[in-house]
Amino acid sequence: MIEITGVHKSFGKAHVLRGVSLSAKAGTVTVVLGPSGSGKSTLLRCINHLEKVDSGRVRVDGELIGYRQAGNRLHELSERQILRQRAGIGFVFQNFNLFPHLTAVENIAEAPISAQGRPRAQVYERARELLTSVGLGDRADAYPRQLSGGQQQRVAIARALALEPKLILFDEPTSALDPELVGEVLDVLRDLAAGGTTMIVVTHEIGFAREAADTVVFMDEGRIVEQGAPAQVLDHPRHERTRAFLSKVLV
Amino acid sequence: MTVLTPQRREENVDDLVVVPARHPWRWAGTALVLVLLAQFVHGLVTNPGWDWETFFGYFLEESVVEALGLTLLLTLGGAVLGFLGGIPLAAMRLSPDPVLSTVSWAYIWVFRSVPLLVQLLFWANLGYLYDSLQIGIPFGPGVSFPTVSLISTFGAALLGLALHEAAFAGEIIRAGLLSVDQGQHEAASALGIPKWRQFRRIVLPQAMRAILPNAANLLVNLLKSTSIVYILAIGELFYQVQVIYGRNGRVVPLLMVATVWYVILTALLSILQYYTERHFARGAVRTLPPTPFQKLKAAIGR
Repeated sequence: MIEITGVHKSFGKAHVLRGVSLSAKAGTVTVVLGPSGSGKSTLLRCINHLEKVDSGRVRVDGELIGYRQAGNRLHELSERQILRQRAGIGFVFQNFNLFPHLTAVENIAEAPISAQGRPRAQVYERARELLTSVGLGDRADAYPRQLSGGQQQRVAIARALALEPKLILFDEPTSALDPELVGEVLDVLRDLAAGGTTMIVVTHEIGFAREAADTVVFMDEGRIVEQGAPAQVLDHPRHERTRAFLSKVLV
Repeated sequence: MTVLTPQRREENVDDLVVVPARHPWRWAGTALVLVLLAQFVHGLVTNPGWDWETFFGYFLEESVVEALGLTLLLTLGGAVLGFLGGIPLAAMRLSPDPVLSTVSWAYIWVFRSVPLLVQLLFWANLGYLYDSLQIGIPFGPGVSFPTVSLISTFGAALLGLALHEAAFAGEIIRAGLLSVDQGQHEAASALGIPKWRQFRRIVLPQAMRAILPNAANLLVNLLKSTSIVYILAIGELFYQVQVIYGRNGRVVPLLMVATVWYVILTALLSILQYYTERHFARGAVRTLPPTPFQKLKAAIGR
């Protein structure tokens, strides 16, 4: 399903990803943990080509993301082709990034109409269903600023789901929320995981990783230090770095 | 201090009345301003120098109204062409292509530097520099027209205003586009929304909030700048008023005719600005404040 091979990425002098390889099967949940600055978010952003990789390859469903390979050359795809690929990969941001001038239901309906050309009436009906499924059926006509952080993030998740993506990427979806609002967003994530959505989640919520993840990946300094089943990585980490990190966050 | 003695606790908190603090100096200031204002109005009415009879005689006079139409045409034409020119200038300046952004920068530099008056005289004398203009293949054959017949004085004035306006409009639009959060661009790309649609549906409506107050400023400024084209002997409002007082010598009342018209037009533009800004404020504030009209209706309804 997802196959990341030898990805490198630098921002100026900072070498943020140093040869990351990772794969995940369809219908699985991968949780990426690691200290800030370890490259987790950058890795996620490389998967839908929000950041261009310097070298290495990202494949989703067998399709190379952002490039077309001819011999040993990678030709960057046109903007239009990249946008088409992105519509198949959902992305949920730490700061929600809802469109403030559109209502909740308009936020959700925008991309299916304009990126996938689906019929308007059908899209709006589906958007309302999705809002109901994240518990916001009655807030369809509210503007983002009239919603709490947790409600905004649930709208953002519904917005990603509306494109019926093969895969959804979550970039610290609960980090900008007040502690008592984290639970409502994690509930939605758990429902998605149970429903068989393929997900990669960058988070600091160890509890969520333990219950919902199929694979837990620990990253540090641009590399994957270790990965495996949650019970193995969280309870019996093999690497000193993982142990040190977990001892800090599990206090 | 016996504030918290048991007897005092028994009194009912609901019966307490709040008395606002008094502001005697505010009253004194208000009175002073009202006196000064009354004096000014008294002067306007009683000073024969204002010559209100002449003012009302010319305010709606045919040649003045016609000239007003020309002023409006110059403003509208200059604004529309100016903003149409400002859009590509802003896009070019934000482009990663160094040639495009430098050309746009240079255009804005030149047209912001040259005073409008100087520019207008240049355009009016274009025929002196280039006696014919040609359309065709660059450096190749084409059809040519004599410059003087192609650019009338009105055309020169409109061209000058529009080119001048475009430089400022370009910067205003660029500022608006830059004010939109990077996360909005990212969210729109992550959703795969087509590029043009991203601009029109996501970025522009948000940029408009920053663009509008400045654009309205520019428009009001343009309205008044049209008076400069009197130098090309174009019969707009200010030129016409000058013609009339040149004939009858009543300078002050005729300048007042022009002044009052400019004030009225600016007021209309300000009202337009208020409602346009309100339209683009959707979602930016939790609830929109009532319009003056709605406030009035509520006050009467009470």
